[in-house]
Order: sequence, then structure tokens, then C-alpha cells
Amino acid sequence: MTLADTLLLIGVAGLLGLIARPDRRLYFLLGLSALAVFAFQPALPIRGLDFWLPTATLSVAVIGWALTAPRALRTWRNTWLAALILGTIVLALALTRYINLPSLLTASLPPQIELVVVSLLVISLLVFLLVRFTAPGKTLLSLASLVIIGIFLVLKTPALAIWAAAVLRGLNGQSTRTATAQDLSWLGFSYIAFRLLHTLRDRQTGRMPPVTLAEYVVYMLFFPALTAGPIDRIERFLTDLRRPLALTSEDWSEAGKRVVVGLFKKFVLADSLALIALNGTNALQVRTSGWTWVLLYAFAFQIYFDFSGYTDIAIGLGRLLGIRLPENFAAPYLKPNLTQFWNSWHMTLTQWFRSYFFNPLTRALRSAKRRLPTPVTILFAQISTMVLIGLWHGVAANFVLWGLWHGAGLFVNNRWSEFTRPRLGNLPRTWTKALEVGSTLLTFNYVALGWVFFALPDPATSWHVFLKLFGLA
Amino acid sequence: MREPVSPLRVLAKGLLLFAIFNLVFAAWAPAHLGDLSLYGSVFPGRLRLPFGEDSQHAYNLSLFNLDAMFSSQVLAEGVKPQNEYRVIVIGDSSVWGILLRPEQTLSGQLDAQGLATCDGRQIRIYNLGYPTISLTKDLMILNYAMRYQADLVVWPVTLEAFPFDQQLASPIVANNTEAVQELIAKFHLPFNPHDPTLVQTNFWQRTLIGQRRNLADLLRLQLYGVMWASTGVDQVYPTDYSPAQTDFDTDVSFDGRQGPALDQTQLAFDVLKAGEREVGKTPLLLVNEPILISAGKNSDLRYNFFYPRWAYDQYRQDLTLQAGLNDWNYLDEWNLVPAGDFTNSAIHLTPAGEHLLVDKVKTSILSLSCR
Repeated sequence: MTLADTLLLIGVAGLLGLIARPDRRLYFLLGLSALAVFAFQPALPIRGLDFWLPTATLSVAVIGWALTAPRALRTWRNTWLAALILGTIVLALALTRYINLPSLLTASLPPQIELVVVSLLVISLLVFLLVRFTAPGKTLLSLASLVIIGIFLVLKTPALAIWAAAVLRGLNGQSTRTATAQDLSWLGFSYIAFRLLHTLRDRQTGRMPPVTLAEYVVYMLFFPALTAGPIDRIERFLTDLRRPLALTSEDWSEAGKRVVVGLFKKFVLADSLALIALNGTNALQVRTSGWTWVLLYAFAFQIYFDFSGYTDIAIGLGRLLGIRLPENFAAPYLKPNLTQFWNSWHMTLTQWFRSYFFNPLTRALRSAKRRLPTPVTILFAQISTMVLIGLWHGVAANFVLWGLWHGAGLFVNNRWSEFTRPRLGNLPRTWTKALEVGSTLLTFNYVALGWVFFALPDPATSWHVFLKLFGLA
Repeated sequence: MREPVSPLRVLAKGLLLFAIFNLVFAAWAPAHLGDLSLYGSVFPGRLRLPFGEDSQHAYNLSLFNLDAMFSSQVLAEGVKPQNEYRVIVIGDSSVWGILLRPEQTLSGQLDAQGLATCDGRQIRIYNLGYPTISLTKDLMILNYAMRYQADLVVWPVTLEAFPFDQQLASPIVANNTEAVQELIAKFHLPFNPHDPTLVQTNFWQRTLIGQRRNLADLLRLQLYGVMWASTGVDQVYPTDYSPAQTDFDTDVSFDGRQGPALDQTQLAFDVLKAGEREVGKTPLLLVNEPILISAGKNSDLRYNFFYPRWAYDQYRQDLTLQAGLNDWNYLDEWNLVPAGDFTNSAIHLTPAGEHLLVDKVKTSILSLSCR
């Protein structure tokens, strides 16, 4: 998102906080979030795709609701207004094709209206069939989860994404030779997928609260958190959404502070550091070990200020809309060990993986007939969780290495803590303080070295940079 | 108990403070903000003036603040050593060194020779070329550079820098109105000091908001210091580029004129004379820089993309005449470099082409430094 986009969002959120009647907030949010999905979708070279992907986002959200809503809420009375708002927005945006004005809400010219109408009818029929003839059963929910993971894999695996882009180009009558993975840049899908999987899984385990269509779609597409999180839990989100909107001066102050801090972090600090941060090009140009460290640290702080800046803006905007989004960062680079780092870096993502992967896996391993020794269980669970988090960023060797780096680090940290806990308990205070400072520096540098894999495109370049960092190349 | 904060009052105070800062900044108009520089202390000075069209990859940028440009240059580092004989080279993109690494340019290669004067002073060569073609731009840079105690000035020129309509069109000239107006007044140059090409800023354009782009450029120049120091890269070096054109159509016009006579009154010889006056007693070596002499289609009509033969031949005669009349130190090296040693333009040389020129200029520098 650009600075202009962000300022527009701030304006809209502020206005909504000022004028929206509490009982109508839900539908304002629904409309705005649906519009935001279209407005922030970047232009794509495949004709019409920058309209179809946002439409697919809305459809996926509605289908997600149809799969998870209890029978009592699957009534026309509960859904008609939300369905009408969503359908009207898609049709109205499609009709801008016939207005001879540059569209502010779609990346390029929308497709022909007939196609859009037919698509909406097909999606409506599918949702109707799901609502009318299915119940949220285990098989259907698992199948839906697999489909989401499948789409995710296609989008995040460069070879599959290029293949899918070529197929879509072929269907569109465009050259398939120029297909790239960037052709399928689907705004916000990474985060929407997590929210979908969370609700599908919670429906399976019976923890999912009853939610109306409007509430579910607002949760999925809440515009401040659409592109960069945080990943809220639906039951917590609903508590805020259902509370009447009555902003206090404290809300305004806190929201303003978070937005200003976020804008400064993102558009001043992160964007400045981006000029000097380690990347695939300068990694091969840098001449000395010392300067390589400077570029690496610049990357470490750039990614932190960028991401935490967006989070601050999202939290501030959420506050203006009466939603207290969860924190995503808590001074991660000041933590004395890797476990605490991961408890304060992209916290909502790690909590998600802990709930839906790490804990179930550990439980399964511990309750298996042939129980593995505890250290092996921890090693396996931590490595696989971190590799999965790495793969969420993209299916590439470097993200796997990044995951392995952190998985191994967490395991060593776990074993070291077990070893030192009984031995270092009675150290003098000065020693404890010195140890904490040393640990913090060590942790920060371990994380920074891990960014080498994250910042660079392939293992060979990463290895070259590692050698350079330590004066060996 | 703490009083509750009123967001509206905070907003109002914030806006008021912002407005005051803007007005104070505009009224104060800090003249030498560009002098604040990390180059020469945290980062080594740049070997040529900042210029870049693809900042992200070149780690360089074009800006119009002469103070900032010179502060980032190695020339501005510290005090001139006593045993240094300082040579500055001004000129266009061929001097700056498009597609050449700093050490491959005319200045870079001359400096690498480790030359010394007859009295044993070390000859250091500084590249102050800037990639737009205008004698007035060169004069403006020379005027600024003279504060750095040059012992000799080398000024390669080419016909394209002479036409009057080129003089103020260069963005760096147009955006340094005060400096140009001073030059016009000082040397009675035949330009309108209120020419609409020269950018005039009003009060609002001098506020923080109005100056945001220029201020951001100053910050970016400092940030790119990290990349300059760490990589030594200051321009993009493409693996392939379009070579200079050698086939032409039958058009023989130059600067809108068909010939056969070159109108000398439309050429800025006055600016050359101003340059001679600017340097005072410091010797100045004027060089008619090498051009591509093509052997392609219609090359009997044109030497290259820039010059029809009739115009260039007359320019050479005129320049030689003026140099003789004014007793200038003059080198005419127009045909020194073979066609194969030009890169993407009729005046941009390969390192080997620069080397040929280095040999010629070196002899003159040694001779002038021993006078």
C-alpha cells in the first residue's frame, strides 16, 4: 500500500468513527472492506484478473461462512442485506467499465458485465446449495481446508504459479511465454487463508461461535488488517464488533498515536532503510565484511519497521472502528532468547501455528504408541513448525533454510535453558544483567543472520554472504 | 490526577506547530543545508558529482543543491595538502564518465598515473563533470569549484554545449537561478536573468512542504553514502547497450539550421571567455573533446548523430581562432579516438578511448604545471 492509500484509509476510518451509527457500523464495515479488496488489488497483466481475484476473495469469504455457519443462522432473514451489499458492490464496480472515467476502485477496466452477472449467479447457486443441503461436517470442512492449502501452494510455489498464470493467459488468449509468478499477486490471500483455516478448524472442533454472514465477511476482510494482518481470532473479533461503537477521547488519542507512529516507522524509517538493506544485487557488490554487516542490520531493521509500522497503522485504524486488533510485535529485537523473540515477532502468526500445528503435533507425538524421547519430539515439532512458517512466505529453498535456522535455534535454546536453569539460578544480579545483555545481543545477531536467507533469492548467494560476513570471501 | 487528553486539542496544537515550523523554515530559508554531509567523515567522498536516473540501482541521484553535491565529493574532504597540485576537470557526460567506473574516466586514469610537478608536488585530478551539455552549467560548476583552490582547470568541450538555447535548459542550471543570475551579472553574459526557464520559488515553495522533495533528496544522498562506501558503485553498468548511431538519413541540420554557415552569434563563446576570467591566474586547459567519426550511411554528410560535417568543421575553425586570439591553452583532439572506442553516444568513450585522451592531456598538464 502506498502512503496515499494509507492516508485515504485513515480518513475513511476516522470519518466512520465519527458518523457511523452503532447499529449500522457492521454494514458500513462490510461495504468498505469489500470495496477495499478491489481498491487495493494491484493491477495484473492477465486481462480481468485484477477484478476476478477480489471477486474470488469475496466469494471465498461467503463460501467459508456457508461451510461454517450453524443451521439456525442460515436463513434468508439473516443474510439478505449482506448478500445484497456484496452483490451490489461487485455489480456496481463491474458497471464502471461503461463509464468513461479512470476508475479509482479497480486496478484496470473491469470485465464485461454479462460475465460478471453469470459468475455471481454461479457463486450464488453454489452458496445456496451449500446452505440448503450441507451441514458443517468433518469431511466437507477438511476438504475445504485442503482446497485452501492447495490454492496457497499454487500461489506460493513459483513453478506452479507460473504454470497457473500460463493457463489463465492461455484461456484469455494472451501469450503464455511471458507468464510469471507475479501475474497471480492476490491481495491479502495469505492472511485470508489463515482466517479461513482457523474458522474451518474451529468449526470442526466445535469452538467456532455462531456468526452471521456480515460478521463473518467483515472478520475475513476487515480492511485495516487485510494486507498485513494481524491475524485476529474470530471469537475475540466478534466481541468488539458486537459492542456498540462509542469512541472515547482515549480511543482517539491511542488510535492517532498508533497511526502516526506506524506512518513514521513505515514511510520514514523502513522506506529509508530499504535504500541500503541487503538484497540479491548488493549482496554481490559489497566489498568488505564490515559493510556487509551494515547492510544486513539495515535489512533487519527495515523488515521490522516495515511490518510493525503496518501493524501499528492497522491497530490504530481498528481502534477508530471500535475493533481492538491484537498486538503483533513486542520489541522483538530486545529479547534475550529465541523463544522470547518468537513470542514477540509476528505474534499472531506464531500463535496461529502454535494452536493449529505445533500443539496438535506435539500432543500426537507424545501420545503415540512408540513415544519418542522428549528432545527428539521438541526438535521435530520446532523444526517442522518453523519450516512451515518459512514456506508460508514462499515455497523456495531459502525459506526452508530460514525455517531450519530458526527451528534449530529454538531447539538449542530449549536445551540450553533446560541445562542452565538449575545451574545459573543463584548468580549475582550484576552477572544476571550482563548475561541478559549478552544473550540479547546474541539473539539479535542470530536472528539477523537468519535474515540472510530471507533477504536473498537462493542458497548460493546466501552462502557467499555468510562467507563475506565472516571475512572468508 | 491526570487530566484526560483531548484529541481535538492535540490535533489542533499539532497542526499549529506544523504550520509555524513551515513558516519559520520558509522565512529562514536555510541557505547551506547541503553543507551538512557525512561524506568525508563517515563515508569516503564520491569520485564524481552525484548524478543518477535509476537511484535504486545506481546508489546515486540527481539533485540540484550545489552545496550538497560538492559536500559529497572527494574534493571537499579536509584541507588541501601542501604538496598537492590540484587539477579539476569540468565538462559533460563524457567527463563524468557514463558507462565508466570512476577509475576508468579521464580524471580517474590521469589520477592513477601518479603524476608529479617539476617541483615535486603530487598532481591530484578531480572529476567535476556533470552529465548535461551546456557551457553555462560548466561555468556554474567552475565558479563553485574555485573555492577549492584549484591549480589547474581542464575543460573538455564540444559543439553541442555551445548553442544559446542549450545554456539554461539543463535542469541543474534552471534550478540554480541565483547562481546563474550572479554569473550573468558578473560576466555580463548575454542571457536574460529572468528567463522563464530559470525556476523561481515563491514563499510557499520554500516551506517544509514546498521543499519536501529537495529535503528528501538531501537525506537520500546521505543514505546512498552507505552504498557508495560499501560497493563503490555510483551508476548502473548495463551488460549491453545500444551503440552510438553510425548510419544517418540525409538531414544535415544543426540546432535548427541547415547551413552552410554556422551563426557564431548563436554560440556561447562568451561563456568560454567568462570561464577564462573566472579562473583568473589559474591556468585553464581547453580541450575540444573527441567525437565519433562514423563510416556508415551518409557519413559524408554527418560525422555522427550530433554533428553535420559543415557545422562541426566551422565550429573547429572558430574555436581554434578564438583560442589563438585569446591566447588560450587549447588542445583539439576531435579525431583522436577510433570509432570502435565509443560506447552509447558520439562523445562517450571506452576505457581504451579515454586512455588515448589521457596521454594527450597528461602532456599538457605536466607542461602547464611546470610553468
